Amino acid sequence: MPTDFIVHDKADTVGVVVVEDVEPGKEVTGWIMETDETIRFKSLDAVPLGHKIALRDLKVGDTVLKYGHDVGRIVADVGQGRHVHVHNLKTKRW
Amino acid sequence: MAQHSFFGYRRENGRVGIRNHVVILPLDDLSNASAEAVANNIKGTLALSHAYGRLQFGEDLELHFRTLIGTGSNPNVAACVVIGIEPSWTGRVVEGIAKTGKPVVGFAIEGHGDINTIAAASRKAQEFVQWASEKQRESCSIKELFVSTKCGESDTTSGLASCPTVGNLIDKLDPLGATTCFGETSELTGAEIVCAGRAASPEVKKRFMQVFNAYQEVIDRHKTSDLSESQPTKGNIAGGLTTIEEKAFGNLQKIGRQTKFIDVLKPAESPAKGPGLYYMDTSSAAAECVTLQAAAGFVVHLFPTGQGNVIGNPIEPVIKLTANPKTARTMSEHIDLDVSGILRREMSLDEAGDRLIDIMIRTCNGRLTCAEALGHREFVMTKLYQSA
Repeated sequence: MPTDFIVHDKADTVGVVVVEDVEPGKEVTGWIMETDETIRFKSLDAVPLGHKIALRDLKVGDTVLKYGHDVGRIVADVGQGRHVHVHNLKTKRW
Repeated sequence: MAQHSFFGYRRENGRVGIRNHVVILPLDDLSNASAEAVANNIKGTLALSHAYGRLQFGEDLELHFRTLIGTGSNPNVAACVVIGIEPSWTGRVVEGIAKTGKPVVGFAIEGHGDINTIAAASRKAQEFVQWASEKQRESCSIKELFVSTKCGESDTTSGLASCPTVGNLIDKLDPLGATTCFGETSELTGAEIVCAGRAASPEVKKRFMQVFNAYQEVIDRHKTSDLSESQPTKGNIAGGLTTIEEKAFGNLQKIGRQTKFIDVLKPAESPAKGPGLYYMDTSSAAAECVTLQAAAGFVVHLFPTGQGNVIGNPIEPVIKLTANPKTARTMSEHIDLDVSGILRREMSLDEAGDRLIDIMIRTCNGRLTCAEALGHREFVMTKLYQSA
């Protein structure tokens, strides 16, 4: 089974797409590196290689976890399978 | 486990280099023309032109001298010709480099003019390059190797695979007694507490946090936004990185999982506590950071890239690795090692780390890096503030 996205840590709320063809409606497979688990859900956006996909529904104000750590806050609601980037995630620094 | 000895050039002070450059080093911007003319006259020499050296003062001037003296002192440099506009500061650089015991001589332009200076310096450069050409490589231990790292045009594949590959190498080389270095103060933002936790002692941890907080003050003083336009860079954002925190955790993967850093270095400061991992206070701009690490005496550089940074350094070979399959395909002439197999689960991190050790040893033995073959020689001095 090819891996469409990779998740660093079990606690993470986003994964990273590692293929060039994630389109809306595609059934995507993810690998959680920390626990060597496989997860599956449907992508709702075209997510480019290297970009993040939401692993669960995220609300405004939620902290996004990657590497098991805080990497910023949600500024627009995001559903599972949606593209997470500068339009809905902002830094908490500077 | 990969091979752990290499063939290097042992210098007069015992340090080991992996290249045998004869450098024509301008003290200041005014001396670039003469330095370039000498390098054009004498084949096999290398002029390191740069933009600064006039009316600098205080810590900024100290950094200027430390960078120039350190560059000439780097064991990848066999011999050095220094050219400056006037004799006093030129002499200071010559004296600094001479402490290594390597051949070095200075020429000042004032009172002689460019043409006479170029003639005299060219005769010395010819003598040095012919002398250096007879130097032989000898077998050296990994304990004698100084390795630096910095990543650039990072994307999420950097944090997933190429930075952890460097980390795997660091974790393997640290117990063997190699000397290694990471930097990029601003790109630790968001991960600074985790980084501080990797300091080898409370004292080192305290000094790291002091340096980190000082950098934050500089950013707070000058910023006009949340830096979302520059950190992450446009290239980082195109590659999927969204925030500085996310970038920082990816960056930090380069120091591996176990290795602790044993000291905090000023920019271009040489390690003085023996083998181990050092943190250096540097900018996160690629050429500035590598120039500072080379000036501190590091002889080979490991550079993970995501979107495809093309940087090289004139005296310290820069080995590039990427885990981004698109970059590996579209920019293959820049990539020394493709670790995108990690993302396809075809290659383990352990295997990738061994492959990086292998390409690093081959580079130390003389293999030209992609950046060397393509002529990337970015020499960029760090300037702390405006001149007087």
